[in-house]
Amino acid sequence: MKKLLTSARIALRALQVNRTRSALTMLGIIIGVAAVIAMVGVGAGATERIQAQIQSIGSNLIIVLPGSISSNGVRLGSGGVATLTIDDAKAIADECPSVAITAPTVRGGAQVVYGSNNWATVVQGVTPDYMTLRDYTMMSGQFFTSQDVDSSAKLAVLGETVARNLFGDNDPSGQVVIIKNVPFTVAGVLTPKGQSPTGQDQDDVILLPISTATQKVLGVNKANAKAVGSVMVQAINPQAIDQAIQEMDALLRERHRILPGLEDDFSVRNLTEVFAAQESSAQVMAILLGAIASVSLIVGGIGIMNIMLVSVTERTREIGLRLAVGAKRRDILSQFLVEAVTLSLAGGIIGILVGVTASFSISYFAQWSTDVGVMAIAVSFLFSALVGVFFGYYPARTAAFLSPIEALRYE
Amino acid sequence: MAAIISAQNLVRDFRLGDVPVHVLKGISFEIERGEFVAIMGPSGSGKSTLMNILGCLDTPTSGSYTLDGISVGRLESDELAEIRSRTIGFVFQQFNLLPRTSALENVELPLLYTDTPAIERRQRALKALRAVGLAGREDHQPSQLSGGQQQRVAIARALVNDPGIILADEPTGALDSRMGLEIMAIFQQLNREKGITLTVVTHDAEIASYARRTLHFKDGKLQLDERVEHPRDAAADLRTNGGSQDPPLQGLPEEAADVRIAS
Repeated sequence: MKKLLTSARIALRALQVNRTRSALTMLGIIIGVAAVIAMVGVGAGATERIQAQIQSIGSNLIIVLPGSISSNGVRLGSGGVATLTIDDAKAIADECPSVAITAPTVRGGAQVVYGSNNWATVVQGVTPDYMTLRDYTMMSGQFFTSQDVDSSAKLAVLGETVARNLFGDNDPSGQVVIIKNVPFTVAGVLTPKGQSPTGQDQDDVILLPISTATQKVLGVNKANAKAVGSVMVQAINPQAIDQAIQEMDALLRERHRILPGLEDDFSVRNLTEVFAAQESSAQVMAILLGAIASVSLIVGGIGIMNIMLVSVTERTREIGLRLAVGAKRRDILSQFLVEAVTLSLAGGIIGILVGVTASFSISYFAQWSTDVGVMAIAVSFLFSALVGVFFGYYPARTAAFLSPIEALRYE
Repeated sequence: MAAIISAQNLVRDFRLGDVPVHVLKGISFEIERGEFVAIMGPSGSGKSTLMNILGCLDTPTSGSYTLDGISVGRLESDELAEIRSRTIGFVFQQFNLLPRTSALENVELPLLYTDTPAIERRQRALKALRAVGLAGREDHQPSQLSGGQQQRVAIARALVNDPGIILADEPTGALDSRMGLEIMAIFQQLNREKGITLTVVTHDAEIASYARRTLHFKDGKLQLDERVEHPRDAAADLRTNGGSQDPPLQGLPEEAADVRIAS
């Protein structure tokens, strides 16, 4: 240990003597580490943003939409017909073992008025399960209950964007808003969720009991009074999603009396799968960025080896002298190894600072979210030390095994 | 007095391609503790090879070499380093000081490879610098010192480990005659007052005339072992030849006395 301290002192002294060269050598590592930190930060930020968006949708979600049917060769688009009902939603929840809860929804646009303010937004008719399913929490007030749904209560839950536009900073709870000439009492305000993965404002919404929404606001579907726009389904766990889809498929075909061989009149979308694909592509990007940056770290390491080899040649007489006055081979080895590691570690530390600064600048100026993890910093630090040892060993060994006689004569 | 150096039938062969070159062809001699010996010979006579073996930088092909009671013949490089560190001080023709490094740090260098605490390192280096008349120049870098002063720093570095023997390889070769004389004066003084054994390789008969004994080599063999009862006194020659312009050397006796008391 004491020996190592001595080596460290000798090495630091030697680096001090060659300040410019030390700084230039470190530059390679600084750039390498900074690039790794910044790139991994950008990659991790992108991945994290996608994850957060997926979280905001709700977990283990499947969406069932009324499907297209064809009638006399004319194909209607998805949702074109009212094939999906509240009863379907209930049946899925009751009969499919892999399904935890379901939430039938209807939606439409509406102008909302409070006093002299008004705001155009999306009105959704939902059941209380919707809140659980979408992982909503209340910023203030209460969500409506199943009793409110059964009694078609005129209660509204506002998204944060709507609340802000109608009420400003005031608390909307208990106030009355007018939606399509129907007065609704505000039951509460949802905690904001921000953008959806597709860029929509998830807080620009008003939630009403589904019964009230169909009867008073959006209008009853003439073909089927119980029709819903979509049914959101939550599987009991991520692994059960595929099983749940199969169960629903079978159940709905049976309920809709679709003969084998005919097309479904509904469609099922696995949201998690869609976003997982996005997430994995972001991860691939992060790995690629990190890998490219790592190459520059290796180039930096080769720079250290290069300079150390030059330094060993240039200091051949010094090495010969040190050997003559009693330095052992391992003293010389550790001196040069410590020099290389000091260069790479100092470069690593500065590189970490530069990298962290760079990734903050990126998120500040380019508005990209970046995430510099403690892990990335620790790994870069460790890796730069390893680069020093790996690329410093060969020159150090070369120095240590010089013959003192020839080294002393070296011109 | 016991022999500090005892060489018996030293042989050193090198290989140049397939041709073996016999550089030392069986050399035997002893050097007593406290002697001042010059080794002379033309180039190619094997005196540098001999010096490397005496300095434990090289080992003989055959024959035995005992230094300070230790048979050095077949030691490993680390053990040789240990002996160099403890027993030998080197002085080279080209000084071999570390550039851009203060005189003090240059002198401290050998102590870095022994377990000497920092404070003691510093004290011993200061003392060694004083002993060669360079008090006050501790912070000078080699480029700020004259050739003679640089060689004196190198001598201080050789002294700092309290070695029993100093091996000097053409120590005056890179200096003018006056500076060479200064170096010889310091050597004579160290030899006389501290009892350090001195072995100086030179091709200059003038320089050899300050030693009490001269070993003449030729073609890898010891030709002549010549002893002088009263060698020339370098300090006296300095005073007569060229006056006394160099103050550090004038101050030397007191400085050296200080060293003697301290050690």
